Amino acid sequence: MSSSATVGDLVSQTYKYGFVTDIATDKIDKGLSEEVVRLISSMKQEPAFLLDFRLRAYRQWLQMDEPDWATLGYPPIDFQEIIYYAAPRQQDKKASLDEVDPKLLETFEKLGIPLSEQKRLSNVAVDAVFDSVSIATTFREQLAEHGVIFCSISEAVKDHPELVQRYLGTVVPTNDNYFAALNSAVFSDGSFVFIPKGVECPMELSTYFRINSGDTGQFERTLIIAEEASTVSYLEGCTAPMFDTNQLHAAVVELVALDDASIKYSTVQNWYAGDENGVGGIYNFVTKRGHCRGDRSHISWTQVETGSAITWKYPSCVLQGADSVGEFYSVALTNNRQQADTGSKMVHVGPRTRSTIVSKGISAGHSSNSYRGLVQIGPKAVGARNYSQCDSMLIGDQAAANTYPYIRCQQPQASIEHEASTCRISADQLFYLQSRGIGFEEAVSMMVSGFCRDVFNQLPMEFAAEADKLLALKLEGSVG
Amino acid sequence: MIRPDAPVLLEIRDLHASVENQPILKGVNLCIRAGEIHAVMGRNGSGKSTLSKVLAGHPAYTVTAGSVLYKGEDLLSLDPEQRSRIGLFLGFQYPVEIPGVSNLEFLRVATNARRGQRGEEELDTFAFEDLVRDRLSVVQMDPAFLDRSVNEGFSGGEKKRNEILQMALLEPVVAILDETDSGLDIDALRIVASGVNQLSSVDNATLLITHYQRLLDLITPDAVHVMAAGRILRSGGKELALELERSGYDWVDAELARLDAEGERQPLEVA
Ligand SMILES: Nc1ncnc2c1ncn2[C@@H]1O[C@H](COP(=O)(O)OP(=O)(O)OP(=O)(O)O)[C@@H](O)[C@H]1O
Ligand SMILES: [Mg+2]
Repeated sequence: MSSSATVGDLVSQTYKYGFVTDIATDKIDKGLSEEVVRLISSMKQEPAFLLDFRLRAYRQWLQMDEPDWATLGYPPIDFQEIIYYAAPRQQDKKASLDEVDPKLLETFEKLGIPLSEQKRLSNVAVDAVFDSVSIATTFREQLAEHGVIFCSISEAVKDHPELVQRYLGTVVPTNDNYFAALNSAVFSDGSFVFIPKGVECPMELSTYFRINSGDTGQFERTLIIAEEASTVSYLEGCTAPMFDTNQLHAAVVELVALDDASIKYSTVQNWYAGDENGVGGIYNFVTKRGHCRGDRSHISWTQVETGSAITWKYPSCVLQGADSVGEFYSVALTNNRQQADTGSKMVHVGPRTRSTIVSKGISAGHSSNSYRGLVQIGPKAVGARNYSQCDSMLIGDQAAANTYPYIRCQQPQASIEHEASTCRISADQLFYLQSRGIGFEEAVSMMVSGFCRDVFNQLPMEFAAEADKLLALKLEGSVG
Repeated sequence: MIRPDAPVLLEIRDLHASVENQPILKGVNLCIRAGEIHAVMGRNGSGKSTLSKVLAGHPAYTVTAGSVLYKGEDLLSLDPEQRSRIGLFLGFQYPVEIPGVSNLEFLRVATNARRGQRGEEELDTFAFEDLVRDRLSVVQMDPAFLDRSVNEGFSGGEKKRNEILQMALLEPVVAILDETDSGLDIDALRIVASGVNQLSSVDNATLLITHYQRLLDLITPDAVHVMAAGRILRSGGKELALELERSGYDWVDAELARLDAEGERQPLEVA
């Protein structure tokens, strides 16, 4: 019947970002050692404090063991087989976009991220990171007029070393965990955002990460600082070509919110997920943490995780300031042989701190999708409140969904609520919608977006509709 | 109303269908013209719902032989959604619940899919609300049901009313109502029957699958068919239903045995 043909067509276009850009790349030799750490630092002409930071992290990493508590199965990663630095060959970062290699601009345009003056989005500033380096950041001057700093972290190290030194590693210490230590030793590029006191950032900020080389690890580092009573909304997107080998992506993101500041951090993660047999794909081991340092500060994480062969990621909030608020809204979709172990940690330190966790896991094919979350209420968090809701949707009968909620409460006057549910998309539900004239793709998307609505509502407007479509596309062929 | 010169809307010829390699339909023949109301009756498991789902295009059923023409065109080559858009409607015996999908939005998308096919413009949320409020009155349904998820937590009778509401919105050419009367209280049965009567016209046709005369007291059929073992064993006028009501289905076994002896019927496969 023709319905199977439509499904087939859609399956074949599941990952449209799988191309490789043919561009000369400077790479260092594969493998990791103290020399490699020093080499990266010297190539980037870093100040001494940063080299010390890297070396400390490297030495800590050598003493640490790879974590094995997640519900994930993968062969051991050979850290000596990875290249830790790769950059498209061009001289220093260009002052103007016209000087950037057109092939790079073309690549980002193909990815739906036009950077040139004429075509770029009017209300979103973009930092484009290609392999290990940032190649362009748009709207910098306009943002600077408001005192907002938005640049690559490498540039921030050069231009604002005092800010970097003051905040780097204060939210995620170098020895926080195995992958954070590795990142701290070898991180290449990423974004830096500084919003000064009282400023409401005039546009969305966004970083787009593109892995291009096949044998390179990507270790980006992002640092966002919102001073007193400032506000910012930031979005991160990512894609990678299709290779039949696995690539390691180990990022660290640190957010700092001072008194009355608010940071909204959204992610649409679409790294290459491997093929239907689980060959290839990105290993995504990410540490993201926000520190509500000031009173009444607010940090909100929204993530739509659709790619990667393996996802290991727990965006968290440390709620230190009194009356501070942490939020985590997540949709994690796994299909074929993908595995995701993701969730959040909400650490309540200050009084009357509040947190919300809304997690929606969708598992199709032979995939495995686990929610892992910790709600911790410390002795001083009088009147703290948490609400968690973890829903799983199963598609087909080969997929697995797990929920691991952990609660640690040292404060009797706190309230913690947890709700969980599991449901399944059945062939009969799809047939019901189809028999009312609704096409297969739209039917799947209606059901999935209904399931994810609470999370999609949190995304910046431009991306909510995209997220809908992305999920529907990823699911084609897995139902019925 | 039977008019021999009315155009044929649905013509089922020697239809055979299986599910999971198990033959269920074994040669169904049926011809429905514009303006007609047909009733299909028969024991549990005789294949009535299977027939309705095969006509609507359920992917679990495989047509192994025979053909179905809808207004003279091959129906079986169309996707389920296309069948709906050109005017075929199935009121399900067991409507499924679809959590998270708003009933109002669902009804709007479905209605617009049908309107698009007919070359009518899409209704936006406001225009659609006016239409749906009008059609709600056909089934005397509370507008509160629009704000809920599709069928979620609806009582059995509420689900059936929601089916008729969909029918009222989609204005089908051929409506198949699979036991829409089951599970309805007496008032609801009247409401549903009057809904069906209001919606039927000389240009469309209805196929009622039912076990009970009480529905046929309210909707007078032009023809009554009795299904048994995956085929239509006997057809007649409305009096056939009354006869079944009196004497049950015992004669069916004798008839099937006779057909077996004549070799007209393929022997049932032994699982
Ligand atoms: N998916 C399936 N797998 C196996 N057998 C099936 C399947 N679907 C239907 N059948 C069988 O096909 C036969 C016909 O079922 P059908 O639902 O069409 O009966 P019906 O006439 O509608 O019965 P009722 O009056 O109880 O609604 C039954 O024996 C049923 O068990
Ligand atoms: Mg039935």
